[in-house]
Amino acid sequence: MNYRARVTGAFLAAVLSTTAFNGAFAAEDTIKVGILHSLSGTMAISETTLKDAMLMLIDEQNKKGGLLGKKLEAVVVDPASDWPLFAEKARELISVDKVSAVFGCWTSVSRKSVLPVFEELNSILFYPVQYEGEESQRNVFYTGAAPNQQAIPAVDYLMENEEVERWVLAGTDYVYPRTTNKILEAYLISKGVKPEDIMINYTPFGHSDWQTIVSDVKKFGSAGKKTAVVSTINGDANVPFYKELANQGIKAEDIPVVAFSVGEEELAGLDTGPLVGHLAAWNYFQSVDNPANAEFIKTWKAYTKNDKRVTNDPMEAHYIGFNMWLKAVEKAGTTDTDAVLDAMIGVSVPNLSGGYSTMMPNHHITKPVLIGEIQGDGQFETVWETPGLVVGDEWSDYLPDSKDLISDWRAPMSCGNFNVATGKCGGKGS
Amino acid sequence: MYRIFQTMLVALVLFTAVPNGLRAEEALRDLVNALGEAKLSDMDEHITALAKTGDPKVVAILEALGEGNLYARKADGEVFLTKESGSSLTLIDPISGESAGEAPKAALSKVKVNNGVRRAVRSALGSLTLLSPDRAARLRAAQSVLQSPNSDALGAIENALAAEKDSEVRALLEQARATTLLISDRPVVEKKEAVRLLKENGGREALSILSSALGSADETLKPDIEAALAAIEQTQALWAAGQNVWYGLSLGSVLLLAAIGLAITFGVMGIINMAHGEMVMLGAYTTFMVQEVVRTSFPGLFDWSLAIALPLAFLVTGGVGLALERGVIRFLYGRPLETLLATWGISLILQQSVRSIFGPTNREVGNPSWMSGAFDLGGLTITWNRLWIILFALAVFAALLFLLKKTPMGLQMRAVTQNRRMASSMGIRTPWVDALTFALGSGIAGMAGVALSQIDNVSPNLGQGYIIDSFMVVVFGGVGNLWGTLVGAFSLGILNKFLEPYAGAVLGKILVLVLIILFIQKRPRGLFALKGRAVEA
Repeated sequence: MNYRARVTGAFLAAVLSTTAFNGAFAAEDTIKVGILHSLSGTMAISETTLKDAMLMLIDEQNKKGGLLGKKLEAVVVDPASDWPLFAEKARELISVDKVSAVFGCWTSVSRKSVLPVFEELNSILFYPVQYEGEESQRNVFYTGAAPNQQAIPAVDYLMENEEVERWVLAGTDYVYPRTTNKILEAYLISKGVKPEDIMINYTPFGHSDWQTIVSDVKKFGSAGKKTAVVSTINGDANVPFYKELANQGIKAEDIPVVAFSVGEEELAGLDTGPLVGHLAAWNYFQSVDNPANAEFIKTWKAYTKNDKRVTNDPMEAHYIGFNMWLKAVEKAGTTDTDAVLDAMIGVSVPNLSGGYSTMMPNHHITKPVLIGEIQGDGQFETVWETPGLVVGDEWSDYLPDSKDLISDWRAPMSCGNFNVATGKCGGKGS
Repeated sequence: MYRIFQTMLVALVLFTAVPNGLRAEEALRDLVNALGEAKLSDMDEHITALAKTGDPKVVAILEALGEGNLYARKADGEVFLTKESGSSLTLIDPISGESAGEAPKAALSKVKVNNGVRRAVRSALGSLTLLSPDRAARLRAAQSVLQSPNSDALGAIENALAAEKDSEVRALLEQARATTLLISDRPVVEKKEAVRLLKENGGREALSILSSALGSADETLKPDIEAALAAIEQTQALWAAGQNVWYGLSLGSVLLLAAIGLAITFGVMGIINMAHGEMVMLGAYTTFMVQEVVRTSFPGLFDWSLAIALPLAFLVTGGVGLALERGVIRFLYGRPLETLLATWGISLILQQSVRSIFGPTNREVGNPSWMSGAFDLGGLTITWNRLWIILFALAVFAALLFLLKKTPMGLQMRAVTQNRRMASSMGIRTPWVDALTFALGSGIAGMAGVALSQIDNVSPNLGQGYIIDSFMVVVFGGVGNLWGTLVGAFSLGILNKFLEPYAGAVLGKILVLVLIILFIQKRPRGLFALKGRAVEA
């Protein structure tokens, strides 16, 4: 009896170990990629598109034969626009699903909430949205624009081409607009703009009654100097804002509005007829005319089975980030985090605006900056672009407590906030 | 190089061989074709050159340029006016105005325009059409010379003024003349007269013109301008107060619309309905659906789409409300906490199902022409959509009041909510009255959604933005009292708009909340408290 039990036990153990081995073998068969974008809640409006874009990119790569001879497998989770849940879901992706890299987050607060998780579990995050800068983390690659790749060129354009002398900085009340406006204010003052010619205005999330603010802008603009609005108004609040602008008759020829958070997706919910000529600054527009972009748009429309779907800048950022990651993994020959982190720096892939983007040692990428005017069909027309590529500057040169900081993740420095004044690693930020 | 040579040769041949009219036409055609190759920075000169020809055909060309309808054919660089026809464009010869066939978009490249080009076009068109026989065109021209003053146009304006009979156009032209005069090199006496005229007319534009003239003005003129500025600013400050009241009324009407359905479900029936905002959202999506159908099948009816959407939204959301009451809420009467949780869950379900059906992104709901734009009333700018929403909110309020006070159904509703057992023993079918009352409240929320789709996003999150405000209004105004909701909504709206300029939008909202909390401490039953035995029940 005893003997029998022992044999059965051994047999069972053997069976278990083979299944375990099989399980492990099956997992080795695919490379898992985590997608951490909100599919419900307030941010679903922007983030769902990015989830679809990632699924499409992974699908396309699998058609081309996958990566390192294995298929890619997407693991989608829904952090439901809930910032602490982002951290939990990130932990789940890394430790339970064992993903090799994560593509995700939209708001800065969600990124800040997952940073400690990626650091602790040593994994990789690709962050595709324009943000306020003032951060460089070893485990994060920032494929969206830093302020010097969006805000500052836009202000330069208005200063040179529209001869703007008076500025309204209008934003939603949270970290990205506040930091960006701080940088812009310092930049404008360094360019000789008087403080009384700058008006700063913050509104709550989802603000829908813009009457007072639009009429204030009108008043501010009637001081005899050319006036422009620099808008960091986020998401949903933009539609009522633009509707009010149109109704109160503010034309782009008189007071242009340049926006950093309004792309093709946001315009899809608007009648853009009265808005023709208002501006946006991005690193990509759907209207950019080149074969790579035409192909991307075609694939996207076919994948979503919707002829009216539009593409936008954060989608392009994921496109660049994903291709960079593929290249780095191929270069390293493994998906091991440390090897990929090293291999990423210097990787260069084509972007959709007709050039190449390169991953810099500060984990930011090089991009062209485009200024576009809104057209009647909801698209942008590029009216200006930087002559070359702009390197993302993580620590702004215009803020007193970050101007001495640089970031370089190559050995031997390997530091995200190296202070060139004191010669030491460490200072403000992460 | 070869091309230039060729053009020169052709020009030479033409100049020697053809009659004058044709020569002018060819010169104009060259100017137009030059637009196709011009850089954005050189467009100004090209537009001035075109305007200088004084040819009446230039008007149509410049209009097309401003609207982005000017395309160059990639094959030979010829520039055409175009009209959209399906996926290709109909080409129109700029000189003869005749059709020149169709071409696919890929074979054409758009002549680029930016704000600078549009401004140049506007100012060139202004001086070109000042003498047009069409009154509307003259009005537009006068407006555009006023908006982009150019000292070269002074002569043209004075000529036009001498010939103008229409009083409205004349008034605009007078202003335009004064404005242009200020930046020209005319004698100071004339400028003083111009400043006086601008001061009389007042308004923001005058303020802007005078303050920009102040910097470069003659010493003897400066005191005049400063006095005029001070006078205009003073009247503007008075108007600003009036404008704030208007904004407050408008915000109040939005609050009233959002809250009025809740005043029935929460105020009269006592159900804490967290899914109220989603009813508003469903109403907005109904509007979207109606507009989609109208756009594809009956484009001529677009201006009526809101009128069609109103009853439909009422039926759809009323139906959803009825189903909710029969399916869930009736089992939870007398248990407010469970009702709160259940309806909150339902609100999430409704949001996510709309998100799955229509997608998470905003949907475009167009404004009919009668709801777009604004008009001036003295120093006030009144936007049409806000005006209609105020009127609509008041109309809904009046209709509801009538329904509750003057109809048998209203009587039964009030009877059931005041004393259920008594009403029941009088033969009223209380469960059905409950269901209908809830459906009515939901239906009204849906109608509010039709109106709100005109000023806000149509997205699954639409309702969330209004639920807190709605409860605030109903509690502040006094639960169970429709008049309280009306007064509460408008007073909160006006209070908010008077705080906003001083405290900013964020702090203003917080201050309003704090004030309401303090007010509720003092008067727990709100502005208009219900009195009598019914309250205790």
